[in-house]
Amino acid sequence: MTSSGGLRGYFVRSENARGFSLLAPTLILLVLMMVIPIIMLVARSFWTQSGMIETADFSLVNYQMFFEKKIYLYVLGKSLLISGSVTFATLILAYPAAYFVAFRVKKNKLIWLILITVPFWTSYLLRVFAWKLMLGYNGVVNSGLIGIGIIDEPLGFLLHNVNAVVLTLAHAWAAFAILPIYVSLEKIDKSLLEAAADLGEGPIRSFLRVTLPLSMPGVIAASLLVFIPTVGDYVTPKLVGGSSGIMIGNLVTNMFGRGNNWPMGSAIAVMMMISITLVVCIYLWLISQVKKRSN
Amino acid sequence: MKKTKFGTLGVYTVLYLAFLYVPVLFIPLFSFNDSIYIAFPLKEFTLRHYADMIEREPLINALYNSLKVGIVVSIVSTVFGMLAAKTFTKYRIPGSKSLTAFISIPLVIPLIILGISLLTVLKSVGVTLSLITIGAAHTVICIPFAMFVLISRLEGFDKSMEEAAQDLGESPWMTFWRVTFPLAMPGIIASLLLCFTISFDEFILAFFLGSDEPTLPLYMWSQLRFPAKLPSVLALGSVIFITSFFLVCFAEWVRRRGVQTQTGSAI
Repeated sequence: MTSSGGLRGYFVRSENARGFSLLAPTLILLVLMMVIPIIMLVARSFWTQSGMIETADFSLVNYQMFFEKKIYLYVLGKSLLISGSVTFATLILAYPAAYFVAFRVKKNKLIWLILITVPFWTSYLLRVFAWKLMLGYNGVVNSGLIGIGIIDEPLGFLLHNVNAVVLTLAHAWAAFAILPIYVSLEKIDKSLLEAAADLGEGPIRSFLRVTLPLSMPGVIAASLLVFIPTVGDYVTPKLVGGSSGIMIGNLVTNMFGRGNNWPMGSAIAVMMMISITLVVCIYLWLISQVKKRSN
Repeated sequence: MKKTKFGTLGVYTVLYLAFLYVPVLFIPLFSFNDSIYIAFPLKEFTLRHYADMIEREPLINALYNSLKVGIVVSIVSTVFGMLAAKTFTKYRIPGSKSLTAFISIPLVIPLIILGISLLTVLKSVGVTLSLITIGAAHTVICIPFAMFVLISRLEGFDKSMEEAAQDLGESPWMTFWRVTFPLAMPGIIASLLLCFTISFDEFILAFFLGSDEPTLPLYMWSQLRFPAKLPSVLALGSVIFITSFFLVCFAEWVRRRGVQTQTGSAI
């Protein structure tokens, strides 16, 4: 256009340049504090450690170890299974409650939502620890059952196993399932449901053919929000899992702590990221297939 | 459908609520129990665990550390979140969808990965671990929350207000201070409170990036192993619970009031 301006003129005129310069600080921060660190983690997984000395030469020895020693693959597989079960349990438990608030509650929805989320305003550590109080040898369940006279001696199998981990996580992450599902249910146009009813669809059929498909975005968001972070959880397996409930996060933490083998720890973490990504991709692909077929 | 108003679903929801509440309620219950053992039957009511808590110096120090980190983190992440939110609501830049997705990555990345990645980098650059490194990590995970809260606030209001200010000769900077900032205020407060609560409760990043100066979750973690110190940790947990409950309600109230004055309806 006109010759005036130069760089400054370009800045004032160009929406893109102004937008990007406003966004730049945030992007730079995330590149410095997230992207580069993760790249460094991947790089370090190819280093080796013997004793106290870390060697920065490219080597696949950590990955070789990962696949040779059965424990790593076993614990990774178990962590994915645990998180998968947690996600499934949380969704199944949360969906009806979210449905109730979205469709059946007419007044004071906000009160119900606050009621549902209040238990999550305690510290995460204490929420997990609460289950130790519940399930422990002298815990609430045992002393309660003894009090009523159902059992004479405390049950030892409640705590320190995989079930305790699944139960605790399904409790601790419930809000991450309820809220996205509620939001997607709330968005559904109620007249669609009435139309389905007018066309003679029963309540179950209209749920399966109208409500459930329309709430899928919330269900997908909820499953990702629960599944991805729980795979790497450290606190829950440590507090309620015992030796049989150990998860991949504990192995990683050990390598960065007492094990003092950061390259190996990085390799385990990289394998964890890859497997999470794979599971999520397969899950999203399966859902898209189901969608296609039902159309 | 044609059953009673409440129905099976209502009963189920109440049961589900009980499942969510019961374990958590044992925390305040045992914090008032006059025994160092966390077991039934309950002994007498006491406030001594609360007195114990206040007298414990490391606990108060940890609380102070967490407050410091939380306040700084909430301000810094709200500033970064504001810059991003402003960009996405004001300009139509190419690739804004993928850029939003990029900024939301910290929401879905396992924190343990972020923790060890940052630890790796900080160690190789030679940075000593401190409250600052914890705060930096917390900022990364708080930015997407701040951004989304602020986008939902900024989306609501009229671009023409800012345009009018600029037509009347205000510089972009003054427009921001005199028009955008006051209008965005409810969103800013909500974002500050949300980021503060996230930082205040965060454990795993602090676990990897902390030093001998613990934040509150780190301190609690160290105490969970000693049964004798547990009741005062439970007392602390109850206090945090009540405080964050009021903070969150306040944030929600501010946000809603803001939305109402904007659009005339509750969202």
